[in-house]
Amino acid sequence: MEKIYVKIKRRNNPNADSYWEDFQVPKKPGMNVVSALMEIRKNPVNARGIATTPVVWEAACLEEVCGSCTMVINGKVGQACSALIDRLDQPITLEPMKKFPVVRDLVVDRSKIFDALKRVKAWIPIDGAHGMGGTHSVGGPNNPVPGPRVTETERIISHDLACCIACGACLEACPQVNDKSPFIGAAAINQVRLFNRHPIGRLHRDSRLEALMGEGGIDDCGNAQNCVRACPKEIPLTESIAEVGREVTKYAVGKLLGR
Amino acid sequence: MKKPKIIVVGGGLAGLMAVIKVAEAGWPVQLFSVVPVRRSGSVLAQGGINAALDAKREGDSPEVHFQETITAGDFLANQELPRQMCFKAPEIISLFDRMGVMFNRTPEGWINFRRVGGTHSMGGAKYCRTAYAGHTTGQQLLYALDEQVRRFEAEGLVEKFEGWEFLSIIKDDRMAGRDVCRGIVAMHLATQEVKAFPASAVIVSTGGLGLVFGRSTNSVLSNGSAASAVYQQGAWYANGEFIQVHPTTIPGEDKYRMISEAARDEGGRLWVYRDGKPWYFLEEWHQGNQVPGNLVCRSIHKVIHELGLGIDGGSMVYLDISHLPEEILQRRLKGVVETCEKFTAENPRKVPIKVAPAAHYSMGGLWVDDDHMTSIPGVLAAGECDYQYHGADRLGGNALLSCVYGGMKAGITAVHHAAGLEKGEADPAIFSEGVKRQWGINQEIIDRSGNENPHKLHQELGEWMTEHATVVRYNDKLKKTDEKIQELKLKMKKISLTDRGNWANRELVFARQLHNMLELTRVIVLGALLRDESRGAHYKPEFPERDDRNFLKTTKASWTPNGPKIEYEDVNLKYIKPEWKKSTSK
Ligand SMILES: Cc1cc2nc3c(=O)[nH]c(=O)nc-3n(C[C@H](O)[C@H](O)[C@H](O)COP(=O)(O)OP(=O)(O)OC[C@H]3O[C@@H](n4cnc5c(N)ncnc54)[C@H](O)[C@@H]3O)c2cc1C
Ligand code: SF4
Ligand code: FES
Repeated sequence: MEKIYVKIKRRNNPNADSYWEDFQVPKKPGMNVVSALMEIRKNPVNARGIATTPVVWEAACLEEVCGSCTMVINGKVGQACSALIDRLDQPITLEPMKKFPVVRDLVVDRSKIFDALKRVKAWIPIDGAHGMGGTHSVGGPNNPVPGPRVTETERIISHDLACCIACGACLEACPQVNDKSPFIGAAAINQVRLFNRHPIGRLHRDSRLEALMGEGGIDDCGNAQNCVRACPKEIPLTESIAEVGREVTKYAVGKLLGR
Repeated sequence: MKKPKIIVVGGGLAGLMAVIKVAEAGWPVQLFSVVPVRRSGSVLAQGGINAALDAKREGDSPEVHFQETITAGDFLANQELPRQMCFKAPEIISLFDRMGVMFNRTPEGWINFRRVGGTHSMGGAKYCRTAYAGHTTGQQLLYALDEQVRRFEAEGLVEKFEGWEFLSIIKDDRMAGRDVCRGIVAMHLATQEVKAFPASAVIVSTGGLGLVFGRSTNSVLSNGSAASAVYQQGAWYANGEFIQVHPTTIPGEDKYRMISEAARDEGGRLWVYRDGKPWYFLEEWHQGNQVPGNLVCRSIHKVIHELGLGIDGGSMVYLDISHLPEEILQRRLKGVVETCEKFTAENPRKVPIKVAPAAHYSMGGLWVDDDHMTSIPGVLAAGECDYQYHGADRLGGNALLSCVYGGMKAGITAVHHAAGLEKGEADPAIFSEGVKRQWGINQEIIDRSGNENPHKLHQELGEWMTEHATVVRYNDKLKKTDEKIQELKLKMKKISLTDRGNWANRELVFARQLHNMLELTRVIVLGALLRDESRGAHYKPEFPERDDRNFLKTTKASWTPNGPKIEYEDVNLKYIKPEWKKSTSK
């Protein structure tokens, strides 16, 4: 039976050293990296025939919409669920992302992605999750107050920005994101663009722009443009950074002039 | 005075909506999830969410939506909650609109609604009732709620415990002979710390159970483990045998990827080779491809298993969209084309898609009353893990809606329950005992020695469940499946973990989940075995008709050491009396 050769960079816990372990996995048609990892879990024996612990990794949706399975595959960051074996050179190397603390093997702690969303207030502040306009009662009229009107053109732009799966690939690929720099990264800046375009979100634009000023803010972007190439959802991240950058500059100048 | 906490387990659409309702009432919430909630299973939904706003003046109304929900469920759904849900739906859509969800728009800039055929038991949908955001509706709805919850988190009302696995509830039976829930025990997935969290109400919203079928269209987190744990602690589990199967999915080694029924709605055709020539079996048997999902499943099953005409003698058939104009593929079937290109490396414009039916949605779940309380006071359930809204089958676009509505309702009830609970009664010992018990289970599993691997056992379970407990069910096969499950339970005692460590040991967690899955599959299989009729998604060729006299009843399972005890309960038929219709078998 044809075999797949996989080399995995492992680490037992955050304090342990990392090491490489090689595996050979029976190949089946249409396989992706996740199914190779599933095979290893069923039979945790390395390429030298020695029993080992199952490799630890994360996955959930398996359709590239949850971001869980992001790792570095053959040197490039991507999703293990959409990485087809036939499209990869062997031996296939799998490594955890480097810009996030390793938990174990291929699992990393990505809480900073979600902290950034908090920092930039990536939400529409609504009055409450109650209905407005119509009535709550069974059998009553049926005319709740809708949200703002949006053109299809605008909707398409915003929808595409809203498809970010918080995978962290853009941070992994960015030279400005590293141990020494607190740069917030493209994903959060893109969220600012999304919410600042929204007719209601726009009313709270300033607080989001404020959050992108100063340390780790948008000024730290070095314009390497790696983010946009790494993004699995093809989000126009460099456009987002440019648009938000202009807004921040305008806001900062306005603030300076006391406007 | 500090208000006691309310715990929500699971942060999909249902859990997040519950969190919002509790936080808005001013109560502190702790939200538990195995993954950051933004990665929950709800992201997978593509099709859309229903609401009878009658935006195109076709004569639709919440009343009609309600009637179709009940008929689609073959009259098995209790009628109170589905009715409330359908009437609340328009408001729910505008709520998401206010939260910023980018629904598709009409040329005038209002939300657009489309017709979704899907599982409609009466054939093609009559009304434009489904709101959608490109092909990422579930993702967009989930994000909207995730963002609102993050706002409460920033305000300090919500505390998240992401990366924690729920293990059990903590029951207090020292009060007047009546159980009441006092909190949960959970385990951290990295440190493996097992800890008790006191609460005055617990909402379980842990999603579906696709993983018990080995592979399904669901997220791999949808394993039913949490619901099963609560069932084993005494909560009733209802209508477990009702599993919706999606007719057209791409079988992968890791999962079955759904190909939306829109593919058939837009003109996709199913075929296999017969005598060397393409044979469009749905067109011959049912005059077309736009027929209800169940019928498609049964027809495919017949082609494959009775006629042996699956592709290369295997268990797939062709779904062909290669003849459709590029404009339709780009505008209406973008998600389908993307799924094929990304996950099969084949171009559906050129070659037909190879598909097979796969487990998709569980209509059954934890039994809850009309306020979403389970049979254990203080434990609530909402979302795919409750059983209330669909009956024997589900209308496409109603699941997301039921999760959101159920979450609202459960949040409100949890607050009422917590407010009414006498305080200061819980004996601290119940918390330490709860932790000790769960910790003991971990140790016991690590100490097992034998030569079974839990992942291999799971694969075997999945193969049996998929073959005998999905599209077509026979009593002898169901009996054998139940015996198999019991055999697997015995083999579980002989597993030997290849990882015995105490840091991020996923094998240990999986062994625990598999134990719970095995308990739950018995509920599904025995429920199906005892229900000698065909209704909705449950189809027995030996009993092809619906039998209202004997089975217009909710199945209620309670856990016993000797297996599930099954009872029946009358269905609430307050608004619509069942009409008899010729069953749709083939
Ligand atoms: C491919 C696909 C397409 C679909 N399309 C549609 C559609 O178009 N329209 C529609 O109406 N419905 C659709 N559905 C159904 C719908 O998406 C689901 O029923 C719904 O999203 C379930 O939401 P939920 O909140 O119940 O659970 P989920 O979103 O699955 O969330 C479950 C949560 O529970 C947590 N959890 C689970 N176990 C534990 C544990 N032990 N401890 C701690 N946390 C735990 C998870 O981390 C997660 O946060 C589709 C489903 C699939 C699979
Ligand atoms: S912007 Fe793209 S690369 Fe960055 S986190 Fe979002 S989906 Fe991933
Ligand atoms: S598992 Fe969700 S993106 Fe890969």
